[in-house]
Amino acid sequence: MLVKRCCAILLALWGVQASAQAIYPIDRATMVVDGKFDFKVEFDGVVDPSSVTITVNGQPYEKVLGAKAAFLPNEDNGKASSYILRDISIKHPGKYEVVATAAGKSMKVNWEVYATGPRTAKNVILFIGDGMTVANRTAARVLSQGIKEGKYMGKLSFDDMPRMALIGTSGVESLITDSANSMSAYTTGHKSSNNALGVYASRAKNNLDHPKVETIAELVKRKTGMAVGIVTDAEVEDATPAGMVAHTRRRSDKSEIAEWLFLKGADVVMGGGSAYFLPKSTPGSKRKDDNNLIDLFKSDGFAFATTATELKSAVKPDTRKLLGLFNTGNMDGSLDRFYLKGGTVKQFPDQPDLTEMTRKALEVLSRNKDGFVLLVEAGLIDKASHPLDWERSVYDTIMLSNAVKIAKDFAAKNNDTLVMVTPDHTHGLSLVGTIDDNAKGTEMRDKIGVYEEAGYPNYPAPDKNGYPPSVDVSKRLAMFYGNFPDYYETFHPKLDEPFAPTVKNDKGQYVANEAYKNVPGAVLRVGNLPRSADTGTHTADDGVLTAMGPGSERIHGFMDNTEVFRTMVEALGLGYDGKTKGKTPAKPATRR
Amino acid sequence: MQRRCFLGTAFVFALAAANPALAAPPRLAFSELYARIGVMGTSFSPQVLKLKGQRITMRGYIAPPLKAEANFFVLTRVPVSVCPFCNSDADWPADIVVVNLKNPGTLAPGGRPVEVTGMLDIGSSTDRETGFVSLVRLNQAEWREL
Repeated sequence: MLVKRCCAILLALWGVQASAQAIYPIDRATMVVDGKFDFKVEFDGVVDPSSVTITVNGQPYEKVLGAKAAFLPNEDNGKASSYILRDISIKHPGKYEVVATAAGKSMKVNWEVYATGPRTAKNVILFIGDGMTVANRTAARVLSQGIKEGKYMGKLSFDDMPRMALIGTSGVESLITDSANSMSAYTTGHKSSNNALGVYASRAKNNLDHPKVETIAELVKRKTGMAVGIVTDAEVEDATPAGMVAHTRRRSDKSEIAEWLFLKGADVVMGGGSAYFLPKSTPGSKRKDDNNLIDLFKSDGFAFATTATELKSAVKPDTRKLLGLFNTGNMDGSLDRFYLKGGTVKQFPDQPDLTEMTRKALEVLSRNKDGFVLLVEAGLIDKASHPLDWERSVYDTIMLSNAVKIAKDFAAKNNDTLVMVTPDHTHGLSLVGTIDDNAKGTEMRDKIGVYEEAGYPNYPAPDKNGYPPSVDVSKRLAMFYGNFPDYYETFHPKLDEPFAPTVKNDKGQYVANEAYKNVPGAVLRVGNLPRSADTGTHTADDGVLTAMGPGSERIHGFMDNTEVFRTMVEALGLGYDGKTKGKTPAKPATRR
Repeated sequence: MQRRCFLGTAFVFALAAANPALAAPPRLAFSELYARIGVMGTSFSPQVLKLKGQRITMRGYIAPPLKAEANFFVLTRVPVSVCPFCNSDADWPADIVVVNLKNPGTLAPGGRPVEVTGMLDIGSSTDRETGFVSLVRLNQAEWREL
């Protein structure tokens, strides 16, 4: 009886327990001087404001942060109190210790606020190869350049950039990041959590109420006259492009993200995802309201294109603002667009290449005398690696190389452009050998050559675009993913449609898609991921970043993904106080 | 007994001949849904516009249901392994069909090929319960596994 009563009390206590205490920005956050952020303190229970003290470097927080925070007495379903102070900044570089105490219980975080030297770069171009793994680069080099007697016949465009670093991609709550979390670190310099963009994932109920941090696009728009470009071959509302403008706990807020692309003042926006620009009354729309965003952009003077042909003529000599939407959803990758015609190529036969979009973006943005920040995402590298479709992923890595070549040529003209090429996270992809259909053996695994048996594949020579015109060859690369759900391994490229490895069963588990069961040679690979994983998943392996141009000097060794933001901010002198004018550019910051 | 059976069958045949509603409903393929799917939106095919409001049959794959017991499911051209309600990365293909069931009940597992017969309804509609926006629906529908 007593035990029962104790259990009941314990359960009742557990039931009312609030979420853990927290301060945002979090411990070890780094911020540029005068960068905007929301300050939030979350206590782990309901507190009496009269018992609360919040100090910054020992002084009342209002004195340092410049305003009084709002008290939220009953957050977290009435179980806990918080303070929030929005849209503030710190004007002086240095170390800041924040202490919050209530009813004798206290918590503490430390921040570093940094200044920068004067501006050294006019422009910044950030290329994201979404999910690009080292094996992507290797295979793209094999296929697009060729290799003979162990030496490659050429390099990818970003292979010979002078700076390189390994990038750590983990987020606040997890080793393994998603593209929202990692892009947010690049664009804001703050760590975030999976699915979140431009915010710390707090206990706020509403997606849009979480503590915000300023993005590089907002920062340059607020402090300079620079132009901003956002280019992707995924949907323009997808996590990576959204990272430039969005502040939401959930990357799936795509209708809002489409609006932010306009409201945050982007000058060039190109990619897929028109469904979120069309009013819901238009068949094909994915909006839940009647806002017509295409009309909105056009009425603000944006040139508009829906096909590669239209893109050519849409840009006039005086065009300064450009919207290009080339698919209702994600665009198609190079393997489908140029060769296989799978995916949505039949419905959207005239989609531009990432190279054409990059060229047009540079043409328009470079008309701004104050310079520009351009994001170009090769998003389909990741979209193909998820369903274990390595051929499509590697072809799009070649496409990224082609697009970077255009940026390199642009940067070479004046040497005033910082160019960075990096994944946002990796996948578990590896190149293990070759598969030879003519090798002896009855099972496909017998035809896999490793070590000296691998030799070299027999893909045809690359065409003028750098792609082998066929992936369906008798001796091809053997590439496998190390983390996968149940699926049928066919040992062959998927020539009709992108691979769909799993389907969901009636228990909600992902099981092998039987559509591939009867492909000659196919074998069931029993997954090593939980059955809740519908596809291959991201990995925590470091990403490889390469860079060139002014400001790239600080790129080396191992770097946290938040330092990519700092690199851009330093190159653009966005935290420069003017006092060291005329001096040589600031030295690379010391590593923390 | 035999005669009664024969009479019964004859009666059904006669009725079917007199009432086209009882004849096999016309079949519509996924590829016949739209005349155009474009950046600026989609437009229905003349065939779909003609069949609007009629009972028709479509074949496709049952998308992963939210729960085994349901009053609707999503029919897709190819099997999909993603569920838009539970995975923020996911997005439906453009050419899905929402199937509102005449008799709510246990659904087949996701990925199974099915044949659905129902009243064709077209135009943008937002589901009150889920907020899901659909363009093509089969209402009062019945289905069988293939």
